[in-house]
Amino acid sequence: MFRNILHHRAASADDCAKLCCTKLEGFTVRIGSLTIFEHVNLHVHCGQLTALIGPNGAGKSTLLKAILGEVRHEGNLHYVDAKGKHTGHPVIGYVPQYLRFDLSAPTTVLDIFMACLSRRPVWLFPAKSLRPRVQRSLARVRADHLIDRRLGALSGGELQRVLLALALEPMPDLLLLDEPVSGVDQNGLTLFYDIVSELRAQEDISIILISHDLNMVAKHADQVVLMNRGVVMSGTPEEVFADARTRRLFGMLAGAKADGTAEEEVR
Amino acid sequence: MEVLYALIGALPFDWVGSHFMQSAFLAVLLVTPLFGLLSTMVVSNRMAFFSDSLGHGAFTGIALGVLFGSVSPLLSLVVFSILFALLVTWIKGKSAASADTIIGVFSSTAIALGLMLMSRGGGFNKFSAYLIGDILSVSEDDIRALACVFVLVAAVWGILFNRLLVLSLNASFARSRGISAFWTESAFAAMLAVLVSISIQWVGILIINALLVLPAAAARNVTNSVKSYHAVSVLCAMSAGVAGLIIAYCFNMAAGATIVVALAVLFFVTLALKPHFVR
Repeated sequence: MFRNILHHRAASADDCAKLCCTKLEGFTVRIGSLTIFEHVNLHVHCGQLTALIGPNGAGKSTLLKAILGEVRHEGNLHYVDAKGKHTGHPVIGYVPQYLRFDLSAPTTVLDIFMACLSRRPVWLFPAKSLRPRVQRSLARVRADHLIDRRLGALSGGELQRVLLALALEPMPDLLLLDEPVSGVDQNGLTLFYDIVSELRAQEDISIILISHDLNMVAKHADQVVLMNRGVVMSGTPEEVFADARTRRLFGMLAGAKADGTAEEEVR
Repeated sequence: MEVLYALIGALPFDWVGSHFMQSAFLAVLLVTPLFGLLSTMVVSNRMAFFSDSLGHGAFTGIALGVLFGSVSPLLSLVVFSILFALLVTWIKGKSAASADTIIGVFSSTAIALGLMLMSRGGGFNKFSAYLIGDILSVSEDDIRALACVFVLVAAVWGILFNRLLVLSLNASFARSRGISAFWTESAFAAMLAVLVSISIQWVGILIINALLVLPAAAARNVTNSVKSYHAVSVLCAMSAGVAGLIIAYCFNMAAGATIVVALAVLFFVTLALKPHFVR
């Protein structure tokens, strides 16, 4: 156990040099006899946006769930802060692809923030003391005018920005975005990516993004990881998009996109 | 206890004269706010079918209690309902089949098993009281037990609600905030099971689910935030409870059913008012 910790510290500190980084070592997820993905090794540096691309069923969403600890997995997650000290598990923020919530339920944006940030039951206590903090938090994603809006009255893009603001409160070390803007119109999409790009620069957090929008990935990502039941290749956007394997899988992707959400079923 | 009864007896209505009506009135005041509270999450989380299955599970719970004989039917009902709710929640989390299939399987198994046991030896009639329920049968001991349940459920709801709300958005999101889906859902399911099994003898198996759906269904028509949602839901449940009890007394009808009809009336009234309230 002790040697294990020492070893990890040494390895992490070496690999990440002076930067803070999050490191996945040998991530493997099996559900029953089915292998969702295996031997995934990833380095995500702070202030970098890493995009996960790949066909449906490649295991991208499951990888994020494994990082969250929701899905049982093999392999280790290490987080090293800027001082090179091993700090255990990073604070993780997560923006889901969809909500299972009944959006017509009477719940305001402020209610949701209070449920996340306070131990006091939302239905009983006033949220006055939290209001300025929530306002600031929403301003970061240009959504401060939405604070008293019902969740059901938000557009797709607004809802995703509110969820992003929630994931940033408290500021995470690692931000996971699971196809955050699928089904959002072009304006909402551009705004969302602009905000994420800004965050990366200002807050120095590591971001892992799953996306099928390759234009946006090419424009904003620092590192692209091509997945198909494991890491096929990774590198800068130019390197990955120029590779023959990527082009072959994108042929698959174009075909697979039409039949919908095969990937969601692999949970 | 005597003070409470004296207070109610002092109300200027002739229906409060009898002791059993005073007990029934107290029981309604204690139990309807709980239905009002819990129904908000039942409706928001689309758990109406699940809460319905808890009522069906009660068939087996009661039958088992009578079969063993040594324990009271109520105790056996509460224990069985909690186990039933936890089992359904657990299997639902494990299995890839859709939630309503799983619930359907358990619900129909429980109802069939219960009927099978109850009808043994042709003695089904003695159980028919549970189908309709009788709120006028509440005793002083029941009121004490209800007061304990009231405090317990209100306290647990205070601790649990924020987590449930976050969890109801998205399970992975809840996980990223350190909330365990399994424990939170189980706690909620167990609490629903306790409330349903305690009240089933007064409300009846056939309509218990209406109390877990209608208050919040009415409230959400006219509210925009969590606080007003809860307040209106509790208010609807309590006012329909009291009104239903009085009307049932005046016209000599089943109180549980009358309360549900009063709630249904409230639902349609709020539905008509919806455009004026919901932003």
